[in-house]
Amino acid sequence: MSGKMRILASLVMIAIVAVALGIWIIRGPGPLDFAGGTKVALADYRAGKPAGVPAKLEKASLVERGEYLAKAADCMVCHTKPGEKEYSGGLGFKLPFGTLYSTNITPDKDTGIGNYSDQDFLDAVQRGKRHDGARLYPAMPYTSYTYMTDEDVLAVKAYLFSLPAVRAKPPENTLSFPFNQRWAMMFWSAVFNPDTRFTPDTSKSPEWNRGAYLTEALAHCGECHTPRNLGFALDNRKKFAGAITAGWRAFNISSDKATGLGNWRDEDLISYLSLGHAPGHGSASGPMGEAVDHSFSQFAPEDISSIVAYLRSVPPVPSPDLPAGTAPVAPASHKDGVTADARGKKVFAGACVSCHGWSGASPVSPMATLTGTWAVNDPAAINVAQIVLSGTRRHTPDDALSMPAFGNAYTDDEIAAVANYVTARFGTKGSKLTAKDVAELREQTAE
Amino acid sequence: MIADNSLQAVSRRTLLTGGLAAGFVLAFHLPLRAAVNEPEQPKDATDGKFAPNAFIRIDETGRTVLIMPQVEMGQGIYTSISMILAEELDADWAEVAVLHAPPNDQFYANPVFGLQATGGSTSIRAWWEPLRAAGASARAMLVQAAAAQWQVEPASCTTSKGEVMHTASGRSLSYGALALAAVEQSPPKDVPLKDPKDFVYIGQPLKRLDTPDKVNGKAVYGIDAILPGMKFATVAACPVFGGKVGKVDDSAAVKVAGVRKVVVLDDMVAVIGDHMWAAKKGLEALKIEWNKGPHAELTTRDIWQDLRAASEKDGVVAKSVGDIATGLASGDKFEASFELPFLAHASMEPINATVHVRPDACEIWTGTQIMTRVQSEAAKAAGLPVDKVIINNHLLGGGFGRKLEPDMVIAAVKIAKQVDYPVKVVWTREEDIQHDVYRPIYRDQVTASLVDGKVAAWKYKVAGSAVIARWLPSAFEKGIDIDAVDAAVETPYDFPNFHVEYVRAEPPAVPTGFWRGVGPNNNVFAVECAMDELARKAGKDPVEFRRSMLTKSPRALAVLNLAAEKSGWGQPLPPRVGRGICVQP
Amino acid sequence: MHMAQTLTINGETKSFNAPPEMPLLWVLRDILGMTGTKFGCGIAQCGACTVHVDGKAVRSCVLPVSAVENRAVTTIEAVGDTPSGAKVQKAWLDLEVIQCGYCQSGQIMAAAALLAETSHPDDSDIDAAMAGNICRCGTYVRIREAIKQAANGRQS
Repeated sequence: MSGKMRILASLVMIAIVAVALGIWIIRGPGPLDFAGGTKVALADYRAGKPAGVPAKLEKASLVERGEYLAKAADCMVCHTKPGEKEYSGGLGFKLPFGTLYSTNITPDKDTGIGNYSDQDFLDAVQRGKRHDGARLYPAMPYTSYTYMTDEDVLAVKAYLFSLPAVRAKPPENTLSFPFNQRWAMMFWSAVFNPDTRFTPDTSKSPEWNRGAYLTEALAHCGECHTPRNLGFALDNRKKFAGAITAGWRAFNISSDKATGLGNWRDEDLISYLSLGHAPGHGSASGPMGEAVDHSFSQFAPEDISSIVAYLRSVPPVPSPDLPAGTAPVAPASHKDGVTADARGKKVFAGACVSCHGWSGASPVSPMATLTGTWAVNDPAAINVAQIVLSGTRRHTPDDALSMPAFGNAYTDDEIAAVANYVTARFGTKGSKLTAKDVAELREQTAE
Repeated sequence: MIADNSLQAVSRRTLLTGGLAAGFVLAFHLPLRAAVNEPEQPKDATDGKFAPNAFIRIDETGRTVLIMPQVEMGQGIYTSISMILAEELDADWAEVAVLHAPPNDQFYANPVFGLQATGGSTSIRAWWEPLRAAGASARAMLVQAAAAQWQVEPASCTTSKGEVMHTASGRSLSYGALALAAVEQSPPKDVPLKDPKDFVYIGQPLKRLDTPDKVNGKAVYGIDAILPGMKFATVAACPVFGGKVGKVDDSAAVKVAGVRKVVVLDDMVAVIGDHMWAAKKGLEALKIEWNKGPHAELTTRDIWQDLRAASEKDGVVAKSVGDIATGLASGDKFEASFELPFLAHASMEPINATVHVRPDACEIWTGTQIMTRVQSEAAKAAGLPVDKVIINNHLLGGGFGRKLEPDMVIAAVKIAKQVDYPVKVVWTREEDIQHDVYRPIYRDQVTASLVDGKVAAWKYKVAGSAVIARWLPSAFEKGIDIDAVDAAVETPYDFPNFHVEYVRAEPPAVPTGFWRGVGPNNNVFAVECAMDELARKAGKDPVEFRRSMLTKSPRALAVLNLAAEKSGWGQPLPPRVGRGICVQP
Repeated sequence: MHMAQTLTINGETKSFNAPPEMPLLWVLRDILGMTGTKFGCGIAQCGACTVHVDGKAVRSCVLPVSAVENRAVTTIEAVGDTPSGAKVQKAWLDLEVIQCGYCQSGQIMAAAALLAETSHPDDSDIDAAMAGNICRCGTYVRIREAIKQAANGRQS
């Protein structure tokens, strides 16, 4: 080898190491790496049964087990356009570089997944690889589903194949170059998809392991609650520290006491997950409301407890932009307390106060109480603006809560004003939203 | 069982009895016997009451029931009509009660329209003389009855507050005491009307008759009708105008507690339940596939494009004074166009009708501005003769023209036909807004010229839907919708060259109808905006500019001056407060 | 699921069967036949359905019936028995506030609750309490005047 060649080889080696190091730095730890204990193959784990269905469904048919798991993985919400047939796809995800539409996963042979073999389905769910070999975009959370067991994935398939086939072709994606180059996802996947199944941690309890499986493989909480890195993959260095997804803020669910779940009581977490509401902490709405209605509310109680046990173990990561706690109840009189924007007050008096009250404690339903919610304590007011724009409709418990969408009734300026008023009156620090911010939020909402 | 308590607290009869005890009352649900007009009035038709015509009933206690040919929707017409009748009748105001008229064009047709309709600010104009004559004629018969009893000349008797008096002999008899005797009298011909200086009620700020029951929840609107065994329905119509129901999967809906029946019509689906909540939840649980029809892809942009194109055509001349071409040829030219959107009526009382279809009859409880049309349309829908359709009209929780349409009653009859019990069909607010008969979109174009700071020529062209052509075809003459150009033709301004045109342009699919101020809400907006812009162009104060052209309309000028004075025109205003002025003929 | 419910309405105990999530409005109107409380929008945006729960103005169209068990409900039919309700009704008649009247049950309930809490409301109090009550006839100016009259006991 000549000297020149040696230098060149060294340079190549250095470049490779640099790239690998770069990837390693960007990719960061896996979702379960924080636990640090000894991992064993699922088949070798005897202390409990982290995967599969809860005990009451052990003897149920494959389709019934698949239904439980499909709900736990919350497939339906993303694969259904509101008003259309369930699982028939077509829901649009607005991204900065175009709109991505979810696919039809009913067993229709032409427009759905009717032609998928078991292996095809496993490839799609665990590896992000389509039946025709094309790559899926990571809007499909296959980097989470990859932790599911083959058996569970195929149970979901059996359930989906038991549904009526719906002929419905979702619109073409409108992604711009280079994002419309599906093949490029191959590299993304190679770096960011571990393509590995769940491995229990023998240092943890069986309940924790079950919770880890449910949280990471099925419920894919991190997809919304964990910030993303430069490569648009989950940055588990800040696991569960909160992020903005589809125009809504998913708050901090790490065990941080001030801004996370550290100060929530177990019963609050259980109530929030199974009913979408916890006294003093407000109600789930937006994407979390949907997750509760269609997924968490369907979980067996012991599975909810397992998730809670697991969440408790996630290391605290503070959200520096949030106050160290939520504000107390506001004064009963409109005259007392912080008076911000007069226009915001006017909108609030006309459209909001009848359900939310001047104090923030709802005269109608505890689910409509604003006091204690992170939404009104977020100085960015993202979720306040979003819920004003798009409203909410909660089904758990039966007809629990509904708020009309005001997006077409008020201007961006008025919505900014009322959001600023609400955060100032009911939160710790008033927001400073502008009409432009509201216009941008409108753009991000899935439809 | 929900059904067992569905009528637990109050029947309409107890509501009524409670109301009667309260003094002034709107006796809504009294079964009105066939109202009859002179001279065909059968003597026995009103059971011991003096019923000289279709509007007045006086019983032996003196209770004076006045029958309202126009409907009360907030405009105060029940009080005004009662004042007119009571004035010429010299009735005792404390004894007056009012009753909704039944459908009957022969007796109750609005003289302006030739049918029993309330709208277009016509009630007083139309009924002023007929009702004064009705009151005066009834009074004369009561006087004749008293005079006959006293053996004196009727001319020597006077009347006041429900009594006939003979001053010379100091005798008096109440109208109640005279009621049965008056039945025997023939109505005199050519009864003189009062001199306005002798009016005792008209011109006085009397308290409204309908308000006492409106402060305590006793007032009964159409939506409040309660019938024994009644069920409740709510509807979903095809979200695209002109579309039809395709497939309906009601498997989940029928499982909702309290849901009784799912009714599928041609373009609408209804769910009947034990209460509105069950009906609403049932409707939400339905899976409806619509055949959206030819307008599935129609957009607002398309509709406006069509109207803009149509508005460029020459219209039919509605009025022309002077020489518009010559007038526009000189002076400082001004051009502007004004586009007005579709508007929903959104009356506070959502659309509703309660219907009981029986083998022999169809009975309807609702609040409508157009009684006889509702009756004839309901008859068609029910497949019954018109006289088998009974309508109980009610107070209207706002009309604004929406209840000049019978569509909601037709739909309710079709739903009620499917069951044997009475059904109250109530539209949700969302449905009410989405399936309105909208104020049309209009495009109004103004071309004018200014000479010496005044309008020398004014050309005004309205393009839009001809509601009149659909609603009252007989009034649609020479291609002119008199409503669409109403306040464009009737201008208070003295424009030497003045020209108004109308282009009929119907929007595809979207139903259009009368809305609030009707034609003027379109014309006045455009005319007065143009006047403000012209004033600015002329460099004049908007009030001054208008004054200079109101020379031939002293009344409008006086109103303008008063408005300017009361509003402190020209005085400075606080920040973020504006002030404008306009003249509406 | 229909469940037996008991409510105290205008001082009387009423029993009936209704699903717990059913809004009080429909219980009043469709089960108990108390039609003075009006349906206007069903989403707490117009105020026509306003009733008092423990003296506070609440929109009955979004208030689950299960939420008012053991609480005192007052409707337009009985608000005249309360001191502030009687004052409001009188001022409403004195000033001829009403036109079509459909919203006025709600306006009166909102005004009565305001006066019960704030005996002499200023304009900003009236705005804060009344902004959510819509009147399509546009009687707002007289409503404001009548509230002030009811507060001051003035005669027109």
